[in-house]
Amino acid sequence: MIQLQNIRKVFNEGRPNEYIALHDLSLTIAAHQVTALTGPSGSGKTTLLSLLGCMARPTAGRIVLQGREITSLPERFLTDIRRKTFGFIFQQFNLLGGISVIENVMLPAYPLGEPFSTLKQQALGLLELFNLAHKAAAKVEWLSGGEAQRTAIARALVNHPEVIIADEPTAHLDTRLSREFMDIMGDFKAQGKTILIASHDPLVHESPVVDRVVRMRDGRIIDSGAI
Amino acid sequence: MRKSDGFWLFIGSGMLLLTAILIQAHFVARADLPGLLQKAAVAKNLGLTDLCLSTEARYTRHLSQSDWHAAFQSHPLALDHFPSGSVLAPPGTLKKSHAQID
Amino acid sequence: MLRSIEKQRNILDFTLSSLWRRRGKNLALVVVYTLVVFSLGSVMFFTQALKNEAAIILRGSPEIIVQKLVAGRHELIPVAYAQKIMAIRGVESVKDRVWGYYFDPIGRANYTLMVPEGMELKDNEIIVGAGISRVRQVFRGNAMLLRTFDGRPISLFIKGVLSPESELLSSDLMLISATGFRRLFGVSPHDATDLTVKVLNKKEIPTITAKIVDALPDTRAITRDEILRTYDAVFDWRGGIMIAILAGAVLAFLIFAWDKAAGLSAEEKREIGILKAIGWETTDVLQMKFWEGIVVSLSSFFIGVILAYFHIFFASATLFAPVLKGWSTLYPDFRLTPFISGYQIAILFFFTVLPYTVATIIPAWRAATIDPDVVMRY
Repeated sequence: MIQLQNIRKVFNEGRPNEYIALHDLSLTIAAHQVTALTGPSGSGKTTLLSLLGCMARPTAGRIVLQGREITSLPERFLTDIRRKTFGFIFQQFNLLGGISVIENVMLPAYPLGEPFSTLKQQALGLLELFNLAHKAAAKVEWLSGGEAQRTAIARALVNHPEVIIADEPTAHLDTRLSREFMDIMGDFKAQGKTILIASHDPLVHESPVVDRVVRMRDGRIIDSGAI
Repeated sequence: MRKSDGFWLFIGSGMLLLTAILIQAHFVARADLPGLLQKAAVAKNLGLTDLCLSTEARYTRHLSQSDWHAAFQSHPLALDHFPSGSVLAPPGTLKKSHAQID
Repeated sequence: MLRSIEKQRNILDFTLSSLWRRRGKNLALVVVYTLVVFSLGSVMFFTQALKNEAAIILRGSPEIIVQKLVAGRHELIPVAYAQKIMAIRGVESVKDRVWGYYFDPIGRANYTLMVPEGMELKDNEIIVGAGISRVRQVFRGNAMLLRTFDGRPISLFIKGVLSPESELLSSDLMLISATGFRRLFGVSPHDATDLTVKVLNKKEIPTITAKIVDALPDTRAITRDEILRTYDAVFDWRGGIMIAILAGAVLAFLIFAWDKAAGLSAEEKREIGILKAIGWETTDVLQMKFWEGIVVSLSSFFIGVILAYFHIFFASATLFAPVLKGWSTLYPDFRLTPFISGYQIAILFFFTVLPYTVATIIPAWRAATIDPDVVMRY
């Protein structure tokens, strides 16, 4: 589904603090599977995730999404594709403070010009799925860790993405909530979604839900876990 | 009601109010005209040449009658009345010593 | 098309939520900007209304006024000069005018004393303007004590008070008989304050004026046209000093707005990063900034303009009273006729809403172009 060909990612190129995050990396992500990226911090997991999710461009190499090369698409088209294809769950959740839960969930769809009432219904439906409907009007600061995470997941789903990308989702969760998270991912897989998770938490990459584990180190893949 | 709808309501009422004001102003101006013409008659009868805006000094009270010396009051180093002296200017015609002939 | 309207409504929704989050700061911004619009609007309405009223009211001013100058100062003119003026062809009549100022230490104000033409006043009778009546709390039938030029007290009885409607003209007037005037000021019957000239053909005014000054070289002539132009110019040019001061205030405010928008706090930057990360494009973020600017400036515009209108036309421009009053205690209680036009409102709009909105968008450009993956790295 997603192919990375000879990807190289350098930050601050040419400057004294130049940093090579990914060295000549090639990877193919299969659809309808749960792929876990694992490795110590600094291995390039987050960078790889952001490239896979079309959030950033590689310094060199090509990215092919569903048979279409997207490496050099202009920002507008890239953002459009990203919006429709991917849903992100960030390590820090990255919910906007001072705004209600339901507005946070609806936010990614605002620029698409969906009629407000339709959008609101959708968002409420998602919140119900995660037992958060009663907190729809609450401000995000008042949520517990688990509630915040479920809000973040709901937000990732609002544009009906085919791919869900999660960056260290269990970093701030206890065991129970972590298992709950993996269960939710399992449900998504059953619905036909493709899942990418970056995590160095064994609870994640050793979970039965995961189909493939890709190990990384120092910006290279040391075990592509291909089945 | 959505927040944006509330905003549009606010702006809408603002525009309405502003339009109402403009319309009202138009009608009041029309209704005031006889009064203004009456004031004009008073001005004519009494031979008045200036509006009574500021009674601080000769040159702020009778703007059109100011002579070259008026702004200096009693002597050249006298201070200007502030701020009325800055706001109420001497007539530009003071720069000419006689009326235009053309 | 419908989609883009819906999109803008959505973005506006978020903008309002976002502004409300920091409502203290944003409300303060609206208040300050409303004050700026209010001041600018007040000045504009005030000067325009006065200009228009002056143009109408002073239409009946004397056609030509002849003053005598001594060492550059306006001095009393000999009544005999009138004969030389009558000799000029085209002159219909010459009248001597007697008027002057009286400083009243009790009321601490200057009054303008005039001898009205064609009005019968007994030697100790006066008619006062509504402003004098108010300052001294004197009414019809009361007496006022004044001091003559040689230090003697003189009692004058108030025959009547001029109408409050004419305050803009007559607030500080004291109408007195010629004898009374001369007794008060010691002006001899051979002198007058100035001479007013009426001509047969209005088009001849400039020519006749030139001839008058020729015949009487120590005089100066003021025409009706100059009187009207004085008022046209008064609030256009130096009233521009007010506008200059206000422009300074607007500029300072714009710099503040720019600084606020340009030096986006870390939190605001982070939020823009999140928006980018969840799928907002740069243009979407900029549209949000546009709405931010519009919400603040448009609200301030409407509130400010409406308040300015009420201030000038319903409250007698009371906030300008200290400026025009100065040390004097007398300020006319007038109701200006509203001469406002859509043109003025449009100008106000372009000078307030446009700059602020631009000042909010442009500096946010840099932050809006953040790469979406930035928020993932932290």
